[in-house]
Amino acid sequence: MKVLVAVKRVIDYNVKVRVKPDNSDVDLTNVKMAMNPFCEIAVEEAVRLKEKGVATEVVVVSIGPKVAQEQIRTALALGADRGILIETEEKLESLTVAKLLKAVVEKEQPQLVLMGKQTIDSDNNQTGQMLGALTNMAQGTFASEVAVDGDKVNVTREIDGGLRTVALKLPAIVTTDLRLNEPRYASLPNIMKAKRKPLDVTTPADLGVAMTSTLSLVKVTPPAERQAGIKVGSVEELVEKLKNEAKVL
Amino acid sequence: MLTFDSLRLASPYYNDNHAEWRSQLRKFVEREIMPHVDDWEEACDLPQALWHKAAEVGLLQLGYPEQYGGLTEGTDIFHTIIAVEELSRTGAGGIYATLMVHGIGLPPVVHFGSDYLKNMVIAPVLSGEKHISLAITEPGGGSDVANLSTSAVRDGDHYIINGSKTFITGGIRADWYTVAVRTGGEGVGGISMILVPADAAGFSRTPLNKKQGWWCSDTATLYFDNVRVPASYLIGAENQGFMPIVHNFNNERLALTAGALASAKVCIEEAAAWAKERKTFGKPLSKHQVIRHKFAEMVRQVNATQAYMDSCAWQIQNGKAKPADIALLKVQATMVMEFCAREALQILGGAGYMRGCKSERIYREVRVNAIGGGSEEIMRDLAARQLGL
Repeated sequence: MKVLVAVKRVIDYNVKVRVKPDNSDVDLTNVKMAMNPFCEIAVEEAVRLKEKGVATEVVVVSIGPKVAQEQIRTALALGADRGILIETEEKLESLTVAKLLKAVVEKEQPQLVLMGKQTIDSDNNQTGQMLGALTNMAQGTFASEVAVDGDKVNVTREIDGGLRTVALKLPAIVTTDLRLNEPRYASLPNIMKAKRKPLDVTTPADLGVAMTSTLSLVKVTPPAERQAGIKVGSVEELVEKLKNEAKVL
Repeated sequence: MLTFDSLRLASPYYNDNHAEWRSQLRKFVEREIMPHVDDWEEACDLPQALWHKAAEVGLLQLGYPEQYGGLTEGTDIFHTIIAVEELSRTGAGGIYATLMVHGIGLPPVVHFGSDYLKNMVIAPVLSGEKHISLAITEPGGGSDVANLSTSAVRDGDHYIINGSKTFITGGIRADWYTVAVRTGGEGVGGISMILVPADAAGFSRTPLNKKQGWWCSDTATLYFDNVRVPASYLIGAENQGFMPIVHNFNNERLALTAGALASAKVCIEEAAAWAKERKTFGKPLSKHQVIRHKFAEMVRQVNATQAYMDSCAWQIQNGKAKPADIALLKVQATMVMEFCAREALQILGGAGYMRGCKSERIYREVRVNAIGGGSEEIMRDLAARQLGL
């Protein structure tokens, strides 16, 4: 079974994000970039499927500038077999990404597509679903457990108030939630081996997808600074403040 | 923000592959080491499982020949520097010193040992199953190697060893020791290196665990009482032991430098976070000139050391290193570590005096860095000699 994993280059989750002074966007100058954490979980799940003998090949695809090869190399070091970079300097929107992934799916014919439920840069949480709609493949989102069973995959989904398990007919799309697994770290020998694994570079034009934008970014503002808290002297004072100042009672 | 990472100068010596190694190793350290550092320090021990995990991630094998399970392909000296830095980022130097102590115990076997010894020792050490320590210093003297007195006397196809070694890092855990012994007459021409198994009859050891720093590290005094070791355990030729001893000095001093420099950066990071948070006289500490200038001075010294270190590492890698430069690099690094530990504690104040803060521990580790692996005084003297004075 071939597994396709989509990964995105985003700001490292440890970095405190700064907004550009003119509020036009997030400032990416000299900022450490890394693989989106949900995508790491997707890579880990694919590699585990391969280790279990369920998957025979793990293909990693990323869309972005040339340097996004770094994130593909990371995935290869973690155990993926080969990579595809769709190179573009354009800003990425969910629908365009879904269209590009659809083109890759048609070419590669994977039985399972694993991807993060969202990326931590734009937090849209819709690309997997859009890809499902475009390809007519079954989808299981927010997975906390993935079990392939013959021509089906059982996906345990994290939903409000509990878990729901759905059985999807393959080929299918699964988007990963935080608790699906704990991604491994790559060993130095595997980092070295990753350098020799194949990495193909293609472009949106090669795939016949136009990078047309349907959105324009109006303004980016940092969240309001948190105000210092206060200590109250008694329960009565607390209730009074909740009633009259916070107006939540 | 002043952080461990922001203090790293962009440098032509590091490429994407180094960055990838650093980021994966950081995950390893943050998951497998960081949460346990305080417990291990208080327990004065490290778990054996750590060696197996370190072997899995490739730490133990880095730089050793592939035929014995090592890893050299595609790696260089900067991968090693990164390993030291990321392990030292824990703020507990004893972890690197102990986990990677084979970095001083193993090279004599690798470079001077017989095939028999290499086949016996290298692979199990690199897989973390077995441990090897270096035993040079004696109760009667350390850096004065030429006058060491532990003796090995040939008796048929064995050597009989008598004497004692002390301050041996990893000395309680070790399965083998690479021991400097006197097989001949006085001076350096009478010294040999020999492998001694810890289970040899007549060998015993006692822990030295009341230390100022490096608490998680097992340090020992070793006793050799008519210990019989096969003559085939000799590392290199008889009375030719000085070369195996000095052969690894540049690498050892570079590793100590990288550890001291990383420790200095940890101090700066911790002090900076505090200085921005802590308010005195109506403003954050970091806005007081007397404190700001401390940071500027620390960063100046750290930057200079970083550039000096990277340059020396490149020289070692390309066979262009002068021992004087490497010796003085180590002095530079430990003096900068001492300065930054002092300044960080001045800035942290009472908070830095309490256990539970990295700078407090690093402050207690200054001396072992400034003395171990060649004291500042010995380093300067060696440099002066090399400089033809």
